[in-house]
Amino acid sequence: MRALISLALLLCSAWAAAVIETYEFSSPALEARYHALSQELRCPKCQNQNIADSNAPISQDLRRQLYQQLEAGASDEEILEYMVARYGEFVRYRPQMAGPTLILWAAPVLLLLVGVAIAVVVLRTRRGAGEQLSEAERKQLAELLERESDA
Amino acid sequence: MAPRLKLFLPLILFAALALLLFRGLSLDPQELPSALVDKPFPAFSLPSLAGGEDLDRDLFSGEVSLVNVWATWCISCRVEHPYLQKLADAGVRIIGVNYKDDPEAARRWLAELGDPYRANIVDGAGNLGVDLGVYGAPETYLVDAEGVIRYRHVGVVDERVWTRTLAPLYREVGGTAAASEWGAAPGGGP
Repeated sequence: MRALISLALLLCSAWAAAVIETYEFSSPALEARYHALSQELRCPKCQNQNIADSNAPISQDLRRQLYQQLEAGASDEEILEYMVARYGEFVRYRPQMAGPTLILWAAPVLLLLVGVAIAVVVLRTRRGAGEQLSEAERKQLAELLERESDA
Repeated sequence: MAPRLKLFLPLILFAALALLLFRGLSLDPQELPSALVDKPFPAFSLPSLAGGEDLDRDLFSGEVSLVNVWATWCISCRVEHPYLQKLADAGVRIIGVNYKDDPEAARRWLAELGDPYRANIVDGAGNLGVDLGVYGAPETYLVDAEGVIRYRHVGVVDERVWTRTLAPLYREVGGTAAASEWGAAPGGGP
């Protein structure tokens, strides 16, 4: 039984090591930044995973780059710039608020404004309809009523 | 708005939506635009698969090249290999990037299947791949005579991709190989 448990544990550990490599950081602050950045960078191959979750070879490479640059003293901005220069804005889960990605950020507000504008116009015309008659219509109505009372 | 036109509004909206969705059917969400288009090929100094001196960016000066990222573990690379050979036979200069591969296996592959490459850059660790923004082999870059990347194609290069997309661009940047005429005239092609 004991042998079985240790065997099971051994298998688990081997599997865990195969999934994600571990890096030794010179300071806990670097490690925290590594975790934050690897959550924020998107795997270019798998597209809906960040590089922390993905085990695609490209994610392993990007994690290695991330580790090396952190240890070399690069700032978060420098690292993100480095990644964007190679893989485009796509690689960030929170693209910068400038240039072609501006429309991504502006679209919800713009759509809301368009919706409000449409609603205002529709409500206005609906309320306005039937309340006011034009001069010609008023005349026509008067004639009709007259004919009715004559009959 | 005229009341007549208002009646057609739902139809117009539907048609617009249908058009958008139809376009979506033929888009590949896996295909990312390269961030390196119109930028110079990244600097590198890596060994050549054939041995001898290390290769660097000077490889691209003076002649239009296709740069093909490949590996023996990449199944699609085997699929596109015969077409690359055809292009090379028609005079297109193809430079290989042997990406995260075993050089021994790569040399065997070239000996067995033929070698369409004018030279092969050995990128064992994948660092050049990262600099290029490679996210999976095969990828093919069009590099002009000044060493500037002009286009990136992700996936297999076949007759369709060459005649429709790559050949016109290849001509545009001054490529002169016989293959540049493929697809230029109606009914043309290899």
